[in-house]
Amino acid sequence: MHVIEARHIDKYFRKPVEFHVLKDISFRIDKGEFATIMGKSGCGKSTLLYILSTMDTDYEGQLFLNEELVTGQPHQELSRVRNKHIGFVFQFHYLLSEFSVLENVMLPAKKLGEKSAAEIEHDAMEKLSMLNIGQLAKKRASRISGGEKQRVAIARALINNPSILMGDEPTGNLDSYNAENVFQIFKQLKEEVGLSLLVVTHDKDFADRTDRIILMEDGRITT
Amino acid sequence: MTNWRVIFLIARTHLITKMKSTVTATLGVTFGIAAYITLVSFMTGLNKMLDDLILNQTPHIHLYNEIEPSDKQPVSIYDGFKDALNVVESIKPKQNQRKIRNAIPILNYLKAHEDVRGATPQLRSQIFYISGTIELGGNLTGIEVMEEVRLSNFKDYIIEGSPQDLHNTNNGILLGAGLAEKMSLGLGDRVQISTIQGAVFPLKIVGIYQSGIADIDNIQSYTNLNTVQRISGYAPNYVTDINVKLFELEKAVPMARELSRQFNVKATDVKAANAQFETGSNIRNLITYAVSITLLIVAGFGIYNILNMLIYEKMKDIAILKATGFSGRDVQFIFMSQAIIIGVVGALAGLLLGFILSRVIDQVPFETEALPTIETFPVNYKVGYYIIGISFALVSTFIAGYLPSAKAKKIDPVQIIRGT
Repeated sequence: MHVIEARHIDKYFRKPVEFHVLKDISFRIDKGEFATIMGKSGCGKSTLLYILSTMDTDYEGQLFLNEELVTGQPHQELSRVRNKHIGFVFQFHYLLSEFSVLENVMLPAKKLGEKSAAEIEHDAMEKLSMLNIGQLAKKRASRISGGEKQRVAIARALINNPSILMGDEPTGNLDSYNAENVFQIFKQLKEEVGLSLLVVTHDKDFADRTDRIILMEDGRITT
Repeated sequence: MTNWRVIFLIARTHLITKMKSTVTATLGVTFGIAAYITLVSFMTGLNKMLDDLILNQTPHIHLYNEIEPSDKQPVSIYDGFKDALNVVESIKPKQNQRKIRNAIPILNYLKAHEDVRGATPQLRSQIFYISGTIELGGNLTGIEVMEEVRLSNFKDYIIEGSPQDLHNTNNGILLGAGLAEKMSLGLGDRVQISTIQGAVFPLKIVGIYQSGIADIDNIQSYTNLNTVQRISGYAPNYVTDINVKLFELEKAVPMARELSRQFNVKATDVKAANAQFETGSNIRNLITYAVSITLLIVAGFGIYNILNMLIYEKMKDIAILKATGFSGRDVQFIFMSQAIIIGVVGALAGLLLGFILSRVIDQVPFETEALPTIETFPVNYKVGYYIIGISFALVSTFIAGYLPSAKAKKIDPVQIIRGT
């Protein structure tokens, strides 16, 4: 069972000059697999990740999520797919600063609307406790530290029990203590929940400890 | 599939955390609507007062005999000259009686008519008011005073005395206020009236009449119909004018045409008689609306600006919302609902403030010699203006919210998140 599969994906940047960023990318992530994408700056790894996340729709080729074709679906449907199946963690821990930590975590579940408000709150508290930040629930998102923010972002990514968690350099902006912390959380999620993970990183130590490293160079996958 | 509860939750949080901008935008709408309500109530109140001043003194249909040349000269009726070119020079008005022929049957016909609220006979005559050796020219109109009171606001213009006094006093007169002042006469005094034929009659002043228009008050007095008939030596069926009041003003024009044909008299309807007043009030209304719409558009631009700024500040939030599964349409709805909340709250507050300001204006004393019945500024509390106000506020905030929110819908989250 593949969580995500890319078939012959090509991507061009058209501005300022036409540039072939991704060249014939094909690969799969299996269920429960913890994979990292590595490569030099500008090799197209983040671009690939945003295509896989369904946010970027301007590409050629085909993308499958849970063995269903998502390429060419309308935006409304892609938003739903993202909401339900994909958790995303960024390098900068973009939280909605006016909302409390708990509300930040709850929002995607409220959007999905499959559970009652009480159930969602219960789930959100559970995720926060699992990441050892339950005590921050009522604080404003702008009033907590960077490492805490990243853990809140992870809790938010997990709230709808997604098929895959994607990260764009999730440890890139953290000190080594917090980076290790995030790695341990990811590893724990893979082992205990069987979550699939795909993380773009520059951190060689981080990548070495995952199941699989996808190396990219000049828009191609080399291993 | 749109989850409105989440959208309202986010919209509400944005509005509350940006309280200052929210209040500014809301106040913009509030003042726009309040100014519109106040202005339109006050202006239309004034308009109505000015119209009433004239219109209440004009009957819906006025029947009388015009002194005018005949439409067809006898020569053109005669068959013998049918093929000839007839030229009649120096045409004179036709010799005619001022009285309306068959006035009593006409009155009976009108009073029985289903569209007619009432019809009153009048006898207008030219007389002189005699004060010592001075003779003042003027008009004395004989009326059925109780009918006039029932059909028009005639009573409002009697500033001293009462219509009942006139009704009960055989030789009573309601003297024009200007005349009373000129001749230093008051209630209970006697005034000498001279007809054109030269007969002099003393009449007892039972009331003072003030229309508010000086030219009228300086010449016009009223007395009972039979008093004028008696002093002028006319029969009790001698009537020069019939005033008709209808249930519906709109029927005046066709009915005047019909009456004119049926009874062979001149019939003037209220619209023809007061065409210039309608033009005047239309133009005043136009000015009122132009000013109000300008105010509302300014308020709309306020909302547009603030939402634009808000969306610019919230770029990252919008990207995050989109990345976590909110669609472009959800994001648009979030900002649209903010605009609509501002619009609804602002408009309701505006209606309330407008009503309060109207009440205040309504209390301001406004006493003038010309308008004896008016004590405070006139204000028109028409529900229609409140409905127009809130509708316009909602439409303009909708447009002001739609444009920036359509921009938010199109924001590409990848560009914001990657910082390119």
